[in-house]
Amino acid sequence: MDKVIDLQIWQLAAAYIFIVILLFLVRLRGIPREKEIIISSIRMTLQLILTGYILIYLFDNSNPFLTILAVGIMEIFAIHNIFKRVKVRLSKKLKIIIALSMVTGTTLSLLFFIFIVINLSPWYDPRYFIPIGGMLIGNSMTGISLGVSRLVEGMTNQKNLIETALMLGATSKMATKEIVNSAFDSAILPTINSMVGMGIVFLPGMMTGQILSGTSPVTAIEYQIAVMLGIVGSVALTVMLFVQLGYKTFFNEQHQLNN
Amino acid sequence: MFRLEGVKYRDILDIHALTIPKNKVTCVVGESGSGKTTLLRLFNKMISCTEGEIYYNNNAISTADSIELRREIVMLPQTPTIFTGTVRDNLLIGLKFSEKPSINDERLTEILKMVHLNKSLEENAENLSGGEKQRLALGRVILMEPTVLLLDEPSSALDENTENIIIEQLVHYTRQNGKSLIMVTHSRKIAQTYSDTIIEIRDGKIVDQKGE
Repeated sequence: MDKVIDLQIWQLAAAYIFIVILLFLVRLRGIPREKEIIISSIRMTLQLILTGYILIYLFDNSNPFLTILAVGIMEIFAIHNIFKRVKVRLSKKLKIIIALSMVTGTTLSLLFFIFIVINLSPWYDPRYFIPIGGMLIGNSMTGISLGVSRLVEGMTNQKNLIETALMLGATSKMATKEIVNSAFDSAILPTINSMVGMGIVFLPGMMTGQILSGTSPVTAIEYQIAVMLGIVGSVALTVMLFVQLGYKTFFNEQHQLNN
Repeated sequence: MFRLEGVKYRDILDIHALTIPKNKVTCVVGESGSGKTTLLRLFNKMISCTEGEIYYNNNAISTADSIELRREIVMLPQTPTIFTGTVRDNLLIGLKFSEKPSINDERLTEILKMVHLNKSLEENAENLSGGEKQRLALGRVILMEPTVLLLDEPSSALDENTENIIIEQLVHYTRQNGKSLIMVTHSRKIAQTYSDTIIEIRDGKIVDQKGE
């Protein structure tokens, strides 16, 4: 395997040319996005540098508590991000369900992955635990965000359909079956689609990173397949928990729609 | 059959006392926004009163199972909602929701005749006109053979001639099968012609009750 090319500071700085080009283009076309582009680039740079140092510290001080703390913080950021990203108004109950589904779904998938799939020893090895946890949490966050939007929109836009079903003697579960299924479907579809193009249309970030840092492509691919399956499982479990519990927050115990 | 005691629903409805007889045709009349629909929705527990109690056959509605109650007291809302699928699918969906056994095409065709809907069972229900959808929705409710039918302006999208035919059929069906019918209507003529009892609501209060 060739030696990894260590990027010099000036080489890394040269990559920022792409941002300069982008800024030039939006200015030229009169698209008012300069501020966001600059802020995003700065945030990306600072966040990654900070994460790099935190990871160095965590890897050097391998400790189960620190590893769990790191994943816990990621989880909190992800949940916060879902609340921020979803454009519809969320009830307090629904927010609790979102948080509960995220924590339960991602934790179960992560534990299965760590203990059964890669049989990690020690189980809390931060070099594996943290990046894999991050990928499961990140993808579940994207999935559940889509599911939340679709569920809330469906419950609002199809209120008449739900009411008619209830008037015909349906339980709240029967009345919302289509909406719940559609929310689940739209939430997992991007993950399923991403499997189709993988390896042909694009090389996933994790695999690219591993290959660039000198790992054999075969090993990188093995990990990528396992991680991709883990992501599918985590997204499906998280979203399933969410839709199954989420629709109930729109009804009271008398099977009446909450106002 | 229904007995209301000191019933209030927010600031929309305030009914001191009201009794609705069994096996009769009752019409509810009043201006729009007077609380007619709210009253119907209270009967099948789509909403619960904020004060007081409603009794159905001497049992308090507040403690009754909502689903069981709605399978016995079926309501047709004013704006007909049509589900994706054929006319047949739309007729059968009420039976599916209420977990009752399905019915053969012969009976479905009879129901279509009864509501004067000259359409094939295979027709896509989305293609029907407003009035046809309303009749389809009405047929769906009749097919469920509920004990009590709550109909909110069942003929609002129909022309006068069709309206008369449909209401007459409906009243005939109710009387012949020993059902109870509570119907909100904008037409005083219909109320006077067909009902045993007329309840008039104004600003959420019962201002008049005529009949037996």
